[in-house]
Amino acid sequence: MSQRVMLITGTRKGIGRHLAEHYVAAGYHVIGCSRTAADWELPGYEHHCVDVADETAVQRLFQHIGTRHGRLDAVVNNAGIASMNHVLLTPLSTVRNVFSTNVFGTFLACREASRLMIRGGAGGRIVNFATVATPWDLEGEAAYAASKAAVESLTRVLARELAPFAITVNAVGPTPVATDLIRSVPKEKIDALLARQAIHRMGEMRDITVVIDFFLQPESDFVTGQVLYLGGA
Amino acid sequence: MTVNREQVQASVFRALEAFNASEERAVPVTADAVLLGAGGAVDSLGLVRLILVVERQVESDLRTAVSLTSERAMSQRNSPFRSVGALIDFITSSLNGEAG
Repeated sequence: MSQRVMLITGTRKGIGRHLAEHYVAAGYHVIGCSRTAADWELPGYEHHCVDVADETAVQRLFQHIGTRHGRLDAVVNNAGIASMNHVLLTPLSTVRNVFSTNVFGTFLACREASRLMIRGGAGGRIVNFATVATPWDLEGEAAYAASKAAVESLTRVLARELAPFAITVNAVGPTPVATDLIRSVPKEKIDALLARQAIHRMGEMRDITVVIDFFLQPESDFVTGQVLYLGGA
Repeated sequence: MTVNREQVQASVFRALEAFNASEERAVPVTADAVLLGAGGAVDSLGLVRLILVVERQVESDLRTAVSLTSERAMSQRNSPFRSVGALIDFITSSLNGEAG
């Protein structure tokens, strides 16, 4: 049996890089992508410069996966951008950018991945990234929270559409994790967010990987259309 | 690269044979077979499976990729999925770079 193949988007740094390292260690061949080149390498990992919102580039990436690897077992749609500002201070171009990466990028990867998975005939796993900002309706994060609400909806609808092909679609909804995404958020704001959680601490990489591990394991083939928030959000 | 309709038809017919081998409900291997709608040979899920088989077969036979989920396919006034013949016409024109 050939090596399992996984695509993770947004792997240049942060959570994506951690996930790439985690799943290479777990025995996957990991394909990662980001808009710019990664400054790190790892045996069992290949990096591609792809903007997930660029339909042609995404299609080329999946053609490469099909031709070169002949299988795709899992996709983790980690690539995401945030915008934290009051609605009156948010230009439409910012909203477009956020939706392009978070929603359109996730949509494209789901569509192209499911095409490969259906062709492979063995089903597959798709894991999307949600956020606690959506159920909390966080002020100052209108574009980000709304884009992730769209991702949640996409997750639930695709779970139904792809179930006949043995493809599960789920999402993990992290709390704040110390990455560049929240670098500019003031400490008082982060503390206030942590106070809303049932467990009052920052999220860690392992909190995310344990959920994704669960969605990926073969025994989870009856788990689909779920959004699992961390920290008791 | 230019392809002719006969090449595409041969490829689509091969795809239909492969599709029929794994489906309970066979699609007649003729150009006038209705795919979707009243009297259609496939339901929406069947169409998804059929599209994937056709894309793969065309890619393998003609050494060129065709996407049947393109904007052009979805924006046609007359769906390219209404019949096998319409599908062959659509793929032929797409591969020859003709506007829809």
